[in-house]
Amino acid sequence: MPLSTQNEINREIAAISAEARATVEAGGTPELHPRRGYAPYRSSVLRHPTHALVKADPEEIERTSPAFGHTDVDSYEADLTIQHPGEPLGERIIVTGRVLDGEGRPVRNQLLEVWQANASGRYVHKRDQHPAPLDPNFTGVGRVITGDDGSYRLVTIKPGAYPWKNHTNAWRPAHIHFSLFGTAFTQRLVTQMYFPGDPLFALDPIYQSIVDPAAQQRLVSQYDHDVSVPEWAIGYRWNITLTGPKQTWMEQDDDHE
Amino acid sequence: MSEQTPSQTVGPFFGYALPFERGGEVVDRAQPGAIRLHGRVFDGEGIGIPDALLELWQPDGSGVISRELGSHERDGYTFTGFGRTETTRAGDYTFTTVTPGAVGGGAAYALVTLFARGLLHHLFTRVYFLTPDEVPAAVAGDAVLSKLPPERVPTLLAVADGAGSYRFDIRLQGENETVFLDFDA
Repeated sequence: MPLSTQNEINREIAAISAEARATVEAGGTPELHPRRGYAPYRSSVLRHPTHALVKADPEEIERTSPAFGHTDVDSYEADLTIQHPGEPLGERIIVTGRVLDGEGRPVRNQLLEVWQANASGRYVHKRDQHPAPLDPNFTGVGRVITGDDGSYRLVTIKPGAYPWKNHTNAWRPAHIHFSLFGTAFTQRLVTQMYFPGDPLFALDPIYQSIVDPAAQQRLVSQYDHDVSVPEWAIGYRWNITLTGPKQTWMEQDDDHE
Repeated sequence: MSEQTPSQTVGPFFGYALPFERGGEVVDRAQPGAIRLHGRVFDGEGIGIPDALLELWQPDGSGVISRELGSHERDGYTFTGFGRTETTRAGDYTFTTVTPGAVGGGAAYALVTLFARGLLHHLFTRVYFLTPDEVPAAVAGDAVLSKLPPERVPTLLAVADGAGSYRFDIRLQGENETVFLDFDA
């Protein structure tokens, strides 16, 4: 099948967004997550369930999560710019924020993993064939354990946008992939953090698969001048919320620590 | 009170970031009682998915949920209950683990979480370990199995396919589509 044009993708996105907006205006609940079946993202077509998910009360294994602590990660893994002998190319940035549950309580001592393209938009992955240079001083993988207040702080390079083959002239907005564990496995989250004001948002079916505009904004970091370090790096702030099932189990979980 | 941060796909390029050495070996394969849990992840056309990531989270053989640190480092002895592995070019995955014990009075199962390119939000499912004799009572007594249409129950059952080996295929769509769970109810 020939690739669609960007205009064809835009029309599909607009039609779904209009339908979603009408549903909310008619009193429907805004959707918090992307739709698993979202045809403008072509790879989703054969990879989403067609049955409704079966609602289930989480049992104890699902209300717990693997235990992590500060001995699981080396402190230097939070700095993606010091993993090689030389300095990576690109714009040095700081990304910081807090991981909180739906009640605003810190998600502490949990593992946060990140991975990203380099400043040219190229991943250190053998299947990434984008003809942009690899950077011998940048791998683009980091890990951090959240602090007692749920905070994390990463030092990295601002990733570049990159092309992909969803449709003709398709480009992903610059993003950093995040993987998070909450205190319950039901809070497990893999997502992508974006940068403010990216002109590619409107054109990107992965970003647009989140049909609620307010929910989309929750993936966009904010420039924070208080995070920027003079003469050294630009700062972005991004907070993450992991709601879960009803959270009465948390006190019980604390007993194990 | 703040709202949930939305999911996004794991994408195609997680392979150099998320898998870790021996991540699929929840226990050492030389450990007495070690089993192989393996299968294939299929898309809607019955093709194996070569860029999926699976996570296993389970109690130990006696039903105890581990609180041990070190889930991403394999010392060959510590049981943390967590495993992570990516699929092969054919869409196959393998974990080495133990048959989970039942937590409380319910049927014994492990939680399986699936991520993949094309999957915008991960999927949860459960793999139950039941002998054919145990199935009727387990289905009647389990809060999830008991409410499924009978023809969908087998999609959650590991199938013994050799000594210490169990097969659990995952079908994202189509005939025998796997039952996936929503815990946000």
